[in-house]
Amino acid sequence: MRRLRLLALLPLLAALGGCKFEVLAPTGDIAAQQRDLLVISVLLMLIIIIPVMALTAFFAWKYRQSNSEARYEPDWHHSTQLELVIWAAPLLIIICLGAMTWMGTHLLDPYRPLDRIGSRTVVAAADKPLVVNVVALDWKWLFIYPEQGVATVNELAVPVDRPIHFQITASSVMNAFYVPTLAGMIYAMPAMKTQLHAVANQRVESRGFSANYSGAGFSKMFFAFRAMSDSEFDSWVREAKGSTESLTRQAYLELEKPSEAVPATFFNDVDPTLFDAILNLCVEPGKMCMKEMMAIDAKGGAGLESASANLLPLMHDKHARRGTVFGGAPSYVVGICTPEELATALTLSAADTSAAASHRADSAPVSGAGLPIPGFSPALLPAFTSPLLPTSEADIGPRRPSNS
Amino acid sequence: MTESPIVQSTFLLGRFNLQAIPYHEPILVFTFIGVAIGGAAVLGALTYFRLWGYLWREWFTSVDHKKIGIMYMVLGLIMFIRGFADAIMMRLQQAWAFGGSEGYLPAHHYDQVFSAHGVIMIFFAAMPFVTGLMNYVVPLQIGARDVSFPFLNNFSFWMTVSGAALVMTSLFVGEFAQTGWLAYPPLSGIAYSPYVGVDYYIWALQIAGVGTTLSGINLICTIVKMRAPGMDMMKMPVFTWTSLCTNVLIVASFPILTATLALLTADRYLGTNFFTNDLGGNPMMYVNLIWIWGHPEVYILILPAFGIFSEVTSTFSGKKLFGYTSMVYATVVITILSYLVWLHHFFTMGSGASVNSFFGITTMIISIPTGAKMFNWLFTMYRGRIRFELPMMYTVAFMLIFVIGGMTGVMLAVPPADFVLHNSLFLIAHFHNVIIGGVVFGVFAGIAFWWPKAFGFKLDPFWGKMSFWFWVVGFFFAFMPLYVLGLMGVTRRLRVFDDPSLHIWFIIAAFGAALIACGIASFMIQIGVSILKRDKLRDTTGDPWNARTLEWATSSPPPDYNFAFTPVVHDSDAWWDMKQRGYVRPLSGFKPIHMPRNSGTGPVLAGISFVLGFALIWYIWWLAAVSFVALLAVAIHHTFNYDRDFDIPAEDVVRTEEERTRLLAAQVNA
Repeated sequence: MRRLRLLALLPLLAALGGCKFEVLAPTGDIAAQQRDLLVISVLLMLIIIIPVMALTAFFAWKYRQSNSEARYEPDWHHSTQLELVIWAAPLLIIICLGAMTWMGTHLLDPYRPLDRIGSRTVVAAADKPLVVNVVALDWKWLFIYPEQGVATVNELAVPVDRPIHFQITASSVMNAFYVPTLAGMIYAMPAMKTQLHAVANQRVESRGFSANYSGAGFSKMFFAFRAMSDSEFDSWVREAKGSTESLTRQAYLELEKPSEAVPATFFNDVDPTLFDAILNLCVEPGKMCMKEMMAIDAKGGAGLESASANLLPLMHDKHARRGTVFGGAPSYVVGICTPEELATALTLSAADTSAAASHRADSAPVSGAGLPIPGFSPALLPAFTSPLLPTSEADIGPRRPSNS
Repeated sequence: MTESPIVQSTFLLGRFNLQAIPYHEPILVFTFIGVAIGGAAVLGALTYFRLWGYLWREWFTSVDHKKIGIMYMVLGLIMFIRGFADAIMMRLQQAWAFGGSEGYLPAHHYDQVFSAHGVIMIFFAAMPFVTGLMNYVVPLQIGARDVSFPFLNNFSFWMTVSGAALVMTSLFVGEFAQTGWLAYPPLSGIAYSPYVGVDYYIWALQIAGVGTTLSGINLICTIVKMRAPGMDMMKMPVFTWTSLCTNVLIVASFPILTATLALLTADRYLGTNFFTNDLGGNPMMYVNLIWIWGHPEVYILILPAFGIFSEVTSTFSGKKLFGYTSMVYATVVITILSYLVWLHHFFTMGSGASVNSFFGITTMIISIPTGAKMFNWLFTMYRGRIRFELPMMYTVAFMLIFVIGGMTGVMLAVPPADFVLHNSLFLIAHFHNVIIGGVVFGVFAGIAFWWPKAFGFKLDPFWGKMSFWFWVVGFFFAFMPLYVLGLMGVTRRLRVFDDPSLHIWFIIAAFGAALIACGIASFMIQIGVSILKRDKLRDTTGDPWNARTLEWATSSPPPDYNFAFTPVVHDSDAWWDMKQRGYVRPLSGFKPIHMPRNSGTGPVLAGISFVLGFALIWYIWWLAAVSFVALLAVAIHHTFNYDRDFDIPAEDVVRTEEERTRLLAAQVNA
């Protein structure tokens, strides 16, 4: 692996020519490991690609019609040995590549909390990752920092060398959250929460964007990505705190209306239940949250009457909802608990998820020869027996796109 | 910048009103004027030369698989040019919109252009091309006189035309989808695409899908049931094998597309919530379903191309195909595996590591049989006598270019690598690399290879080589920069850019597109020149390439009945085997030949389907009801048509065959 670092110099040479090969020369450990896999897989495949291309050119030249010297055997069409080789050679390559893929995919699973922040630095058990809640809006990005109690639009700042845990959703349509210098992308989907664990290893000013087409304003849907030192990050937070705007639910409903090329904006305060409400599509006052609805359904549902009795006409749903021709007027399901109950429930569940996400859940690291064993250090073992850790899978909560 | 208008429906015209005509978009107005003048000229010429009756009797209503095959190719070519016009517009916009410039296309227009490009190229250019070639060649290769269901074949073709016509209509009436070619919800839901664009998409694909599915059924039956005596499965030509697998894929996967689009239609028309955000809808389900169809679809396109390359390689190397059996098994394995890889189109959705690695590894496994095929072609060339005619040139170019596309494909199949390259221009470069290098070159090789069979004269080699070199060089210029841009982290479907370091790559790509335009122009010139020089390029033997399979055993162009006597097959290269054994053409003993009769019901049904689609798109309910009833009435009426077949009298067969005998004798004497 370390020798492969040299290969990373190749694109750097090209970068001298003025191009930024961010994918090949990233500054984050996750993106660097992803790049390494890319390079190794190319090298493995070249073992077979180069001979094939060379043979094609050579045979095409050698057995051309005008070359009467070359042997001509019109009826030669079978050779068991050759057949074995032509099936076995690609098979062997794919066995190597497949093994690498299996390990690499597990090690670099974006849902997996980080064990290392660099090839030699293991994450200390006590380090809590920085949680950033990401919401893809039409057509801008909202970043909520629950720990700091601030939020920004179109500017993502993170401290260097601290693991970051992104929790990602979207307000209306599908997008993909992607910062090439930091880590690979993951979809941002409405009513779904996806996750990404990453770390920035160098101070860098770069950009992130949506990597999934999302409508008219898509081309300008990028944000500044700033990796900075701890002290710079603290003063950045203070700057955000100094903003005059606060991100209430009402302010969010204004913010989520479609707009393009929005300049970076700071909010000094965030409604702590907001992200969970966005995720459950119930920012609008009185609308029933998805998880509430699912909880009712999971218990057998509220009966047929509720389908008609519990609906109110929809006044606002994003920018263009007009209902369907045969579907009747647009409507939404009314929440059935009081606003106070709802707020309590949301706060509790927000606390649940952040607690569940903050520990390192993988007590059985994936390992394999040739790849570093993540987080495997005898010194770390006691951490896994900490009484704070959940004992069953159920306590960990959902780890895949889910509504809660 | 124009937005989709939101309009109230009226009873008579539904959502349609004057706003729906994009007269305020200069580009579209000029295009319309061009199309109108060109169309008027063509229609005028047809009227002036009194060709309508001829076209209707001999072509539009024809149930002859050869004529239908040719019509498919014409449709494919027309739509290919439309799709390429979209490509040029995108390349121009992306090379233009730098340094604060918005380019020349507003988002509303640009987003339609890239959506239409994908839809047209896959559904209405590539599909008709491969269906056309299969239609023309397969019955001849298996020694049959037509397909199993000749009327159905005609109907399938016209349904495809009907779908294509709807897409073309969207250019001047209303708008096309602004969703990308697979129309992912929620963006394609009524909440975010309230106007007609997505409805055009849905109904065009549904109508064309009927044609594609029926044509798949037809060709499967034909290959399974109508092979000449002696041709058991392992003696079928490789192109017939790949066609069989392709049509199995069509029949097994297109219903998924139909069902998925039907659910989306229900969401958009009836207010259901399959793929909405609210009320339990789940857009991720759509993405899964559409790719369960979508991945087999790419193999539907590439397998026939593999078949063409197999025929071409062995013919022009003057050798039997190396490893016929392993070639067949490789094809079958690819067919099966193509159903186990769909999730690699969205590793980034957040499936678990085990799910992602499963689909990553199955994807890589497909490269094993594909690699075996590559080696089979390679060893077919080995110890051959290679004639570098145009089809062979395309084959060698394919072998060199396709392996690059295969390699970048496997790179994208490694999930963590895909996380950094997904949806980037690297992906765009990858699939154009395999589709142009594989499918397009395969189709061009196929056209050059079988043209003399279809028309009785070869294509002009000079303009063919011009086209070839423009295509190959243009391909590298157009798509290698996209690989580079993908590694620089540039994503797809962007309309404007502000990073000046990217600019040069887009300019190179635009230059490449211009070279490809020259390649297409050379191809058209090649056809024109060849028609003018047809006497010089004439082939009277029926076997201009000294080829190996049965289609070359009959005359060029083949008579309506293909073969006066059904051939008997002893070897996988049946015609080669016949030539080796000193086959003598029978000159007497001809009998009347039973043939299917032409029918106008196909074009009529497809025409009514077009009206039905248009009415549903624009919410013109009375028209939808009327056309739906008409559709049923015509279909039922057709079932009472008992005048479906006739016999070609023995004298006609004798006359045709004597004509051929004279031609062959003249050939020998000359």
